[in-house]
Amino acid sequence: MTAPALPATTVAGLARGLAAGRWSSVELTQAYLARVTASQSELNAFVTVTAEAALAAAAAADAARAAGKASALTGVPIAHKDIFCTRDVLTTCGSKMLANFVSPYDATVVSKLAAAGTVNLGKLNMDEFAMGSSNETSFFGPVRNPWDIKRVPGGSSGGSAAAVAARIAPAATATDTGGSIRQPAALCGVTGIKPTYGRVSRYGMIAFASSLDQAGLITVSAEDAAMLLGAMSGFDPRDSTSVDREVPDYVAALDAPLAGLKIGLVREFFEKGLDAQCEQRIREAIAVYEKLGASVREVSCPNLPLSVPTYYVVAPAECSSNLARFDGVRFGHRCESPRNLNDLYSRSRGEGFGAEVKRRIMTGTYVLSAGYYDAYYIKAQRVRQLISADFARAFESVDLLLGPTSPTTAFEIGAKVDDPITMYLNDIYTIGANLAGLPGMSIPVGFADGLPVGLQLVGPHFSEARMLNAAHRYQLETDWHLRVPAAYA
Amino acid sequence: MEWETVIGLEIHAQLATRSKIFSSSATAYGAAPNTQANLVDLGYPGVLPVLNAEAVRMAVRFGLAIGARIARHSVFARKNYFYPDLPKGYQISQYELPIVAEGALEIVLDDGTRKRVGITRAHLEEDAGKSLHEGLPGVSGIDLNRAGTPLIEIVSEPDLRSAKEAVAYMKKVHTLVRYLEICDGNMQEGSFRCDANVSVRPKGQEKFGTRAEIKNLNSFRFVEKAINYEIERQIELIESGGKVVQETRLYDPDKGETRSMRSKEEANDYRYFPDPDLLPVELDESFIDVVRAALPELPDEKAARFVREYQLPEYDAGVLTASRELGAFYEEVVRRVGSEPKLCANWVMGDLAAFLNKDNLEIGNSKVDAAGLALLVARIVDQTISGKIAKDVFEAMWESGESADAIIERKGLRQITDTSAIERAIEEVMSKNPGQLADYRSGKDKLFGFFVGQVMKATGGKANPAQLNELLKQKLAG
Repeated sequence: MTAPALPATTVAGLARGLAAGRWSSVELTQAYLARVTASQSELNAFVTVTAEAALAAAAAADAARAAGKASALTGVPIAHKDIFCTRDVLTTCGSKMLANFVSPYDATVVSKLAAAGTVNLGKLNMDEFAMGSSNETSFFGPVRNPWDIKRVPGGSSGGSAAAVAARIAPAATATDTGGSIRQPAALCGVTGIKPTYGRVSRYGMIAFASSLDQAGLITVSAEDAAMLLGAMSGFDPRDSTSVDREVPDYVAALDAPLAGLKIGLVREFFEKGLDAQCEQRIREAIAVYEKLGASVREVSCPNLPLSVPTYYVVAPAECSSNLARFDGVRFGHRCESPRNLNDLYSRSRGEGFGAEVKRRIMTGTYVLSAGYYDAYYIKAQRVRQLISADFARAFESVDLLLGPTSPTTAFEIGAKVDDPITMYLNDIYTIGANLAGLPGMSIPVGFADGLPVGLQLVGPHFSEARMLNAAHRYQLETDWHLRVPAAYA
Repeated sequence: MEWETVIGLEIHAQLATRSKIFSSSATAYGAAPNTQANLVDLGYPGVLPVLNAEAVRMAVRFGLAIGARIARHSVFARKNYFYPDLPKGYQISQYELPIVAEGALEIVLDDGTRKRVGITRAHLEEDAGKSLHEGLPGVSGIDLNRAGTPLIEIVSEPDLRSAKEAVAYMKKVHTLVRYLEICDGNMQEGSFRCDANVSVRPKGQEKFGTRAEIKNLNSFRFVEKAINYEIERQIELIESGGKVVQETRLYDPDKGETRSMRSKEEANDYRYFPDPDLLPVELDESFIDVVRAALPELPDEKAARFVREYQLPEYDAGVLTASRELGAFYEEVVRRVGSEPKLCANWVMGDLAAFLNKDNLEIGNSKVDAAGLALLVARIVDQTISGKIAKDVFEAMWESGESADAIIERKGLRQITDTSAIERAIEEVMSKNPGQLADYRSGKDKLFGFFVGQVMKATGGKANPAQLNELLKQKLAG
C-alpha cells in the first residue's frame, strides 16, 4: 500500500504541531483519512469511516484554535471502537445484530473526548460484542495485524490496535473485559491501558459483562495515553458503577523518577505456557526497570491460575442477560416475516448473533439456571474474591506487578478459531486484573521472530498515574513503541 | 369434610415518585403511548440504570410503618425472561436481599377480633410496559410508558383464611400506602393490584395444599370473588377425586371464574442474579432516622387516639381513619364545634358520607367543607335548630353552597325555645283533639307520640324537642 506520510505519529507530537501552527487539524485529518482509505482493504480496521463529520469537526477545531479556545487535544484525530455509541453514526459492535443500528446518542467516553476537542475519524472493527481474542468473530471480517497480515491483531479491540500500529489513527478508544485492550496492544506492538473498574464511564458502551467491562485506550505511547485518559475519565451520574473520585493530572505525573519503585513478578505467570522468546523480552524489560532504580521481587498469587475458568462463568452469565435486549423488537436485526413471537425471537437472534456470541449466551444461561447457579455462578464469585485478595496481598509489598501480556506473539488467522479453549487461554495473564477491577497496561518491549511482544503492568486500584509514569520512563529508555511496520512507515 | 383455606397476597403498589425507578422519564398516567419512555426505558444498547433515591425512601417509609426490619444492605437482581413489553429482557427487582423484611399488620375480623397478618418482605422493582391490541388489527402494539415505573411488591405470609380476610388485609395495606403518601392507590389505573396464592387443606392438617396463583386482581370485589371461586373450584376438584396442580391462573370478571394461564412446568426459570449495573443499596442509621421522624400518624395510632381523645366507639374510629383526609376533616369539625365529638362523628359518617357517596366524590372534593359542617353541628348544639331540621339544612347547604346560618335565616328554621309559644301550640292541639285527649287521660299513654307529632306539625318542626316533651307532659296531665 501507499499511504501518505505523516508529520508526526504520536498524539503528543501532533498536539505540539497544532499548537505551534505547523499544521492544521484539517490537514491532519485529511492525511489520516487518506491512510485509513489506503489501508482498509488490507487491514479491515474500520467498520465505518466518518470522513465528512471528521473534516467538519477538524475545521471547527481549527476555528476554535484561531479564536484562542484550544486545549491540548483540540484538533487531534482519534477513532472509536465500534462498541461505543456515536450519535447518528452506525454502531455495530461487530455484529450482524447491530449492522443497521444508528445510535441516537453518544457514549459518555465519546462526548467527553469530543468536548476535549478530538476529531473522530470513524468506528473501529472488533470481535462481535467484544467476545474474542483475535478479531475473527467480527461480522465485518477479521482485522489483520499490520506486522504480518496473515496474522491476527488480537482482540477484541483488534481494530483499535491495528489502526494505531499502522498509524492510520493516532490513538483509539478500546474496551477490556478480559484483556481486550492489553492483548491486542501486545500483539500489535502498541501501548494499551485498561483503567481501574469505575474510572471511566460505561454509559453508552455496549455491555458485554458489566462487572468486568472497562473503557480504555490504545495509543503509541504512555504519554499519549496519559493525555487522553485524563479527558475521558471521571464520575458519570449516568453510570452508578463509575467512581466519584478526582482525576489526577496523569501528564504531570509522567516524569517522576522510578528509584525505589517496588516491582513484583507473579510467579504463576512464568510457570508454564509462556513462549521462551517472549519470556526473554519480558526479562530484558525488567532489567531496564532495575537499571532505572526499581527493585524486583517475586510474589505469588496462588488463585490466579483459576482466573480463566472463573471468567468463563462470570462473563457469559452477565452477557447472557445483557444481550437479551437484542430481540428484534425495537432495534437491530429482525428476521423476515416472523410467524409468531417465539419465531421472531429465535430467528432474529439466531440470525443476528455469531457462533462465539451464541456459545457464551448458552454457557451463561446454563450457569445461571436453577440447580446450577450455586455450583457455577456463586462459586465463581467466591474464587473472584480470592483472586482479588491475592492481588491485595501482593500490593502490600510491591507497587506494580510486571509480567507477560500474552503467552505468545500474534498467531495466524484461522489457527485457533475452531478451538475455543486454546483461544480462551490467550487471556490467561490479563483476566485477573478484570476480575479484581485493577488497572492494567501493555507496552511494547521488543520482538520475537519479527512480531511484537508486550509487557503487562498491573497496579492497585486507581494507580493509573503511577503505571503511566512507569511505562513512560521505560519508553524514554527504549524505542520499541516507536517502531512501525515497514509497510506503514 | 371440612376445609380450611390458606391465602397469601402479593400486592404491587406503584410508588408515587415523579420519575421512574431507574430513569428520568415521568411516571404520569395516561400519556400517549411511548411518550414517557427514554432510551433507558427502551433498553437501548449501552444505557445504564440509575436508582431513584425517592423510591428507596418510600420503601423504607413503608417498612417502618409495618414495623419491619429495614435492610441496611439490599441488592437489585435481574429476573430474566423474554417478553415484548420487557425491553431489556430482564426485570430489575430484588430477590435474595430485599429492602424490607419481616413486618406485620393487624386486621379486624367480622366478630371484632383482631388478627395479625405477617408480611414476609417488601421489595423494590420496576414495572413492565404493556401490550396494546385494541384498534391494531393483525399486530400487537407495545407501550413502554409504564416500563420502569417503581413498584413495591408486598408479600404476605400465608396467614389469611378467607376471601374476606384477604380483602380486609388488602384494604389495610391500601389505606396505609395512601397515609404514607407513597402510592395514590388508584386501582383502576393499576397503581394498586395483587396476586393471590390460594390453597385448601382439610381442617386440622398442618401441611399446606397445592396452591394456585391468581394474577393481577385490581379491585377488592375481584379479589373476593376470584378467591371464593378458586376455593370452591379446588374443593370440588379434590372431592371429586382430582388434584390441584400448581399453576398460574387468571380471573375473568365477566364470567366470574379463574382460568389456567400456565402450569409450573411451563414456568420460566428466571435465572436471578445480582444486577452488576447497580451498586448494593447501603442505608445508614441516620437516613432511616430521618425517614422515621417524617412518618405521619398511622391509621391504627390515629384510631386509638380517636377512641381515647373523643371517646368514640372503635367502629367509628376505624371508619374515620380510613384515610388521612377523612380523619383530618373530622378533627377539624370537632375542633371548630369544640364539644360533642360523637355528634360530629355521626354527621361525618352519616349525612356527609351519604352525600359524598351519592355524588361519587372524595372527601377532598366535598361540597360542604369542615368549617361549614362544624357551623351546622354548632347550631344543633346551641339549640338553634333540632337534629332533624339540621338534616334539611345540610341538604340545602350541599345543593346551594350557602352557610347553615344563611339557610336557617332564609327559611326561618330557627328552633322555637320560647316556652309560651310552645305552650300556645300545645293548647291549640289539645283543644282541636278532645277525643284523643280524653283517651290519653284515661290511660292510653301511647297517644303521647301523637301529640308530639301534632305540635311539631303546628310549629313547622321548629319546637325544641326537649322543651316540647316537658311542657306537653305537664299540660296533658292537666
